Amino acid sequence: MAAKIDEAQVRHIALLSRLKPTDEEVRLFAEQLSSILAYVDQLSEVDTADVPPTAHPLPVCNVFRADEPAGSLSPDEALANAPQRDGHFFAVPKVLEQDSA
Amino acid sequence: MGLPSLIEVRDSIRAGRVAAREWVRGALEAIERLDPQLHCLVSHDAERARALAARVDERIARGESVGPLAGVPLLIKDNICTRFGRTTCGSRMLENFAAPYDAHVVERLESAGAVIVGKANLDEFAMGSSTENSAYGPTRNPWDPSRVPGGSSGGSAAAVAAGIVPAALGSDTGGSVRQPAGFCGVTGLKPTYGRVSRYGLVAYGSSLDQIGPLTRDVRDAALLLGVVAGRDPRDSTSVDRPVPDYLAELDRPLDRVRVGLADEYFGEGLDPEVRAAVESAIEVYRKAGADVVPVRLPHMKYAIACYYLVATAEASSNLARYDGVHYGHRTAAPADYIDLYCASRQEGFGPEVRRRIMLGTYALSSGYYDAYYLKALKVRTLIKRDFERAFAEVDVIAGPTSPAPAWLIGEKVNDPLAMYLMDIYTVSVNLAGIPGISIPCGFTSGGLPVGLQLLGPHFAEERLLRVAHAFQARTDWHTRVPPVAASPAG
Repeated sequence: MAAKIDEAQVRHIALLSRLKPTDEEVRLFAEQLSSILAYVDQLSEVDTADVPPTAHPLPVCNVFRADEPAGSLSPDEALANAPQRDGHFFAVPKVLEQDSA
Repeated sequence: MGLPSLIEVRDSIRAGRVAAREWVRGALEAIERLDPQLHCLVSHDAERARALAARVDERIARGESVGPLAGVPLLIKDNICTRFGRTTCGSRMLENFAAPYDAHVVERLESAGAVIVGKANLDEFAMGSSTENSAYGPTRNPWDPSRVPGGSSGGSAAAVAAGIVPAALGSDTGGSVRQPAGFCGVTGLKPTYGRVSRYGLVAYGSSLDQIGPLTRDVRDAALLLGVVAGRDPRDSTSVDRPVPDYLAELDRPLDRVRVGLADEYFGEGLDPEVRAAVESAIEVYRKAGADVVPVRLPHMKYAIACYYLVATAEASSNLARYDGVHYGHRTAAPADYIDLYCASRQEGFGPEVRRRIMLGTYALSSGYYDAYYLKALKVRTLIKRDFERAFAEVDVIAGPTSPAPAWLIGEKVNDPLAMYLMDIYTVSVNLAGIPGISIPCGFTSGGLPVGLQLLGPHFAEERLLRVAHAFQARTDWHTRVPPVAASPAG
């Protein structure tokens, strides 16, 4: 059986997923994801012509609450788990140099 | 000698026979003695637990009223946020994560007086069926430490089975409370989607996730469900319905119960010893006067395919929040900001989490969305309708929780699909959003527990628990204790 997904596709999906697999992992994931996708392909045999999708198991919609001010995390609490911070900000690498470089 | 139930522990504290401090001391000693071998916990806070227990004892000594769980030591799965300690989700990604708030269920347990002694081990981000995917090492099955406890709430189930605590909370996205309950010989309930607030439960598959109790028996499950269930405005999917007194209703006699049996639960791949134990359990109901009625669930064979598309799609979206910026692991020296994301996530997530994120991303990606994700949502409708039709004819559906008993540690780690296929009897329940419970119904010749799964329609926990309790009133499988188990305090 032809692989459902090749190594180039795995690399593309890894980038979409913001992951950085090793070459060995790309080979392994191509094989494993192919066998999983071959298995899930059995869904194509189900006739779903007039079947609506179910994204949520209960018919709950438009849940409103009173629009009242309430407490929230302080800046220090919100930043307490930040791997890098700069005062009251999350610190990240420069983003603007990417296009101009 | 059997292990004390949550209600027995609670009653002994209330009556002043055994101090809360004693029970908590017993739990902490059991952790010291058993956890080096079984590894049920990711972390615990002995000092905090002792202080909470002492406070309960003081209140009782002063004659003050205390909550329904006052002084009882409990564990919660480590994907449930607590202001104390760390909430790791079994992941390197959250190794140092200190949640800024308590989950709704934590608030409920603590205001009922419970003493949360620690956080139970799990498959990373609740993704797995064996607790082997924890970044902190696997949990072992108390009945046979060479075997898995099931998963993903394996630490919670093993700790209850081993007598470390009388009860624990887990979470169930595709069977993660019921399957480890079955493997460890304890009672595990997945409530109806929306019955228990998910506020503070770290998200995996948001349309599937539900928190549920793991206990020694159905009475304890009824008590715990009553404490944690109910509307919480912070989870818009928690449903505003009255919470019955599940415990008080348990002993109300059952009028002629209709128990449904579906061939789809007894098909190819079912272990013969599991089948025999479940068939004996059905006989117990028959002898008790139940009508055993055949039902059909024709789309159940598609449940695993459907589940592993829906759950991974939701996971790929939910886990996008781990970006190396706001909280969680951050790579040391990123080349640029895209590499900050990619390297942080690659280093922080284990292989099964990365596999599921990639599968879900693929199912949602341009060109594949209709064929995979949307198709799965349509099949989900058909699976849900199967149950609606069946529950027009019967009160509960009975079958095995898993097709086989606990497997050996390492046996399936290199074959993810083989592991997924073991979820065949549990995942359809989450897709439909209905409640399900696993209760012990026997043992294999090798001494491994077998779980009987009972399913009910949406919000029918009251009846489901009564039917399950009726089984435990007639059998003693739930009182069996593994040789390794802790001797109780008091």
